[in-house]
Amino acid sequence: MMNNSVEIVGLRVVRGGRTVLPGLDLEVPAGQVVGLLGPSGCGKTTLIRSIAGVQRVESGRVTVLGEPAGSATNRRHVGYVTQAASVYPDLTVAQNLAYFAALAGTGRAAAERALAEVDLGDHRSSLVGALSGGQRTRVSLAAALLGDPRLLLLDEPTVGLDPVLRRDLWQLFGRLAAEGRTLLVSSHVMDEADRCDRVLLMREGRLVADDTPDGLRTRAGTPDLEQAFLTIAEQGAAA
Amino acid sequence: MTRTLATARRVLQQLSHDRRSVVLVVALPSLLLAIFRYVYDDSPAVFDRVGPQMLGLFPFVVMFLLTSVTMVRERTSGTLERLLTTPLRKGELVAGYALALGLAAVVQALVATAVGLWLLDLDAERPGAMALLAVVDGVLGTALGLLMSAFAVTEFQAVQFMPLVVVPQILLCGLLQPRDQMPRALELVSDVLPMSYATDAFSLLAVGGTLDAELATDVAVLVGCCVAALALAGVSMRRRTA
Repeated sequence: MMNNSVEIVGLRVVRGGRTVLPGLDLEVPAGQVVGLLGPSGCGKTTLIRSIAGVQRVESGRVTVLGEPAGSATNRRHVGYVTQAASVYPDLTVAQNLAYFAALAGTGRAAAERALAEVDLGDHRSSLVGALSGGQRTRVSLAAALLGDPRLLLLDEPTVGLDPVLRRDLWQLFGRLAAEGRTLLVSSHVMDEADRCDRVLLMREGRLVADDTPDGLRTRAGTPDLEQAFLTIAEQGAAA
Repeated sequence: MTRTLATARRVLQQLSHDRRSVVLVVALPSLLLAIFRYVYDDSPAVFDRVGPQMLGLFPFVVMFLLTSVTMVRERTSGTLERLLTTPLRKGELVAGYALALGLAAVVQALVATAVGLWLLDLDAERPGAMALLAVVDGVLGTALGLLMSAFAVTEFQAVQFMPLVVVPQILLCGLLQPRDQMPRALELVSDVLPMSYATDAFSLLAVGGTLDAELATDVAVLVGCCVAALALAGVSMRRRTA
């Protein structure tokens, strides 16, 4: 049993001539909900894509579950939910899940369980294209749960969802972590940081903090996480 | 293998939810063939000579476009990126697409052949061989479409690959001018374009008789091109992108 789900050393990524990640080090321990927070454009998606093994990397080492990112073994154990719901709008919910279940090497039972987890059982025969944005996001999430993943990479999964749904999803994330899974969840909404075991604050391709929510508050000397992020970001800029 | 079949089933399910596309896929080459037939209403001999060529050409063009756009849509929608993070192998993805759209090509070519023979009075000595060639041409369109879609980042580019990849083949395949009467340079280019072999095969069919060995060579070249295009499509797909 290893302690870290993700280990990154000196990750450097250049996209379209722009250095997005200048050299990032990170360790994500297993069995936690880790929030990846920062303004849009700071490199969250690029970091997640690197861990998923689909990002072309300039240099550095990304080890996921003890293997190079994107290895054949990892593709069985890592679930990746992209920011845009990457499911098929011209298929029904059930057809989408049946396909991703087949790819994950599992069956109908897993699809039903995933459907129940995201509370979409009533919509199984609906075309995904006819669903609301939030429902589509949940179909995408359900598809990632099918293979019983040990690491879930969720890129802004709660954008555009109503507060009740957001709360439900964060409760789901907590349950998944309690089962021993690791979740890396990106968000640009600071109040979501409070629901994480650990928070990574990112700014311009660098990690400016890696701490528990309470740790961040203590370090910044404020009870407000949003304020704490601003304080820490400015400290980082000044240093 | 399971994942290949699952992918093929998924692609066909997507198609089945789009009724208008199903109608277009099944009927479009037949419709074009009918127009062609009535252009030469006063000279049925011309239709008998060139009609079979069109029976190969139309499915080739339609399937090329359909396939490349379908594949690029997979890329731009983000689902391709997701698929590449699952246990699905690149070869399985390409094979799944080839299977589903190849099946569409088979249906399309068979319908077009049937329409040509029975409704449009196409005079063919060997309808079976003609249907086979039409099917191979449609599948070739699918295979080349899958290959070219790897080079297209947007649907806009994919659509323009049609004139880039298909039109030169139509111009050089020997349909407008026998290939050995073209300038030597163009003849050499036409030697490596698959459509030249399809045209040659249809010409052999029109002559009829005892040219089975040459016909078999043409079909073998076409099938080889399909296999090579699919293999290249699998190899050229990149899991990691910028």
